[in-house]
Amino acid sequence: MTSQPHISIQNLNLFYGANHALKNINIDIPDKRVTSFIGPSGCGKTTLLKTFNRLHDSSVDVRIEGKVLVDGENIYDKDMEVTHIRKKMGLLSQRPFPLPMSIFDNIAYGPRIHGTRDKKKLHEIVEQQLRDVALWDEVKDRLHTPAARLSIGQQQRLCLARGLAVEPEIILGDEPTSALDPRSTHKIEELFLELKEKYTIVLVTHILRQARRVSDFIVFVYNGEIIEFGPTEELLLNPKEELTKDYVRGFLS
Amino acid sequence: MRKIEENIFKALMIIACAIIVSSFFMIVGTVVLKGLPAMNLDMLTKTPDGGFYIGKEGGVLNAIMGSLYIAGGSSFLALAISLPIVLYINLYLRKGSWLAKATRLSQDVLFGIPSIVYGAFGFTVMMYFGLKASLLGGIVAVTLLVMPIMIRTMDEVMRTVPKELLDASYSLGATRLETVRIMVRQSAPGILTAVLLSFGRAIGDAASVMFTAGFSDNIPQSLDDPAPTLPLAIFFQLSSPMEEVQARAYASALILTILVLTISLSARILTKRFSKNKI
Repeated sequence: MTSQPHISIQNLNLFYGANHALKNINIDIPDKRVTSFIGPSGCGKTTLLKTFNRLHDSSVDVRIEGKVLVDGENIYDKDMEVTHIRKKMGLLSQRPFPLPMSIFDNIAYGPRIHGTRDKKKLHEIVEQQLRDVALWDEVKDRLHTPAARLSIGQQQRLCLARGLAVEPEIILGDEPTSALDPRSTHKIEELFLELKEKYTIVLVTHILRQARRVSDFIVFVYNGEIIEFGPTEELLLNPKEELTKDYVRGFLS
Repeated sequence: MRKIEENIFKALMIIACAIIVSSFFMIVGTVVLKGLPAMNLDMLTKTPDGGFYIGKEGGVLNAIMGSLYIAGGSSFLALAISLPIVLYINLYLRKGSWLAKATRLSQDVLFGIPSIVYGAFGFTVMMYFGLKASLLGGIVAVTLLVMPIMIRTMDEVMRTVPKELLDASYSLGATRLETVRIMVRQSAPGILTAVLLSFGRAIGDAASVMFTAGFSDNIPQSLDDPAPTLPLAIFFQLSSPMEEVQARAYASALILTILVLTISLSARILTKRFSKNKI
């Protein structure tokens, strides 16, 4: 393990047309920890998360300045291969989006793209990843049925397993439990706590209690700026900034 | 008072629905009633003999086969051109790109052009190259006719594919070309509908094939042969003064109607089954 942070953001500015959506962001995301971005809706936390794997590339009118360093490489460098960056990160979106294929093929999709052809090997990967997200026992008899037939909670765990199958170093979650019922939410949260042993996890959430349950560090984003960044308990119990205080107490939404 | 208003408008809407349903039954009914008496196995299995159009032996197998060739060929050709177009504007181009706008605009304009214009255009092109009316000419003209239908149908389906689904593929490190597979699978029911709709339109159009495909009493054996079609067969038979031959026009119309109905029904069934099981 290097002392270098996995993701380091330097002087990042993002514009949607004339709208200055992210203002001068500087932050180092701690390695092998869960870091949560909190803040009111529209504050830019999701926008910030999406800059980590260049998901803004296909949007019109988005201009990005500054650097996002992943393992020391600026991902916005002209020569940077975008698939190379994205392979390092698993993404969980607000709602699960299983690919239109079987459960097995969903997990095998990533490894196949990156060159794994051997059937036995693929089978091992699929089983391992499904076990890692505690889905194996629920689906082992119907691996070749369409993934869309799973419940939403199962689909979200499938999407997590699918992301893990490309052996990323980082997991990005954009309010990954917002469509889930409390039990499924609990399962996903438990998974994050296990997975942080191996991965750097960055979550966007608007649920303070969730941030408190799962994260080691919290970043409070407001109006496109990082207001405060610190260890979870410290930031929630003893916020230094007035804005953070107001938000944590529920005066700001 | 408001209750009466509600009832009046409800009644008007029901009448409108009744008009469309009864038109369907009246048209099919007319074709069946007038066509059945002249219908026989010869109509389906034989090509016209010498005096077919003055009431002698024969059938319209030549036109059935010609129509199937033209509809099949043009649907295939149109798909081969339309699929790359819709994939390109939906996966590769950013929203609001000028090329996407220009493509959609041309497609919209082409959609509204009457089929006789495609026929005339095809004819002009063929004259220029010194080609005679043929199966190939018909396929090309009808391809131009059905391409806008195909593009529009597929484009509408692909536009509804959630961006997040494509993002999911990208975030696993897939390239755009690899993501094409996801797009095609996700919109498979729409692509199938587009092909069948185009096939139905292609098989029933008379104006675009009139000058480009020509007509003959034989089943076309090569792309150079003139290709008879059912709509033109109906047209020729119906213009005959002899009642016997006119009745055959209705029998031919019955064959064409059954073909088109089969296609649109199977489109519905397949689309349903496809969207239930595969995705």
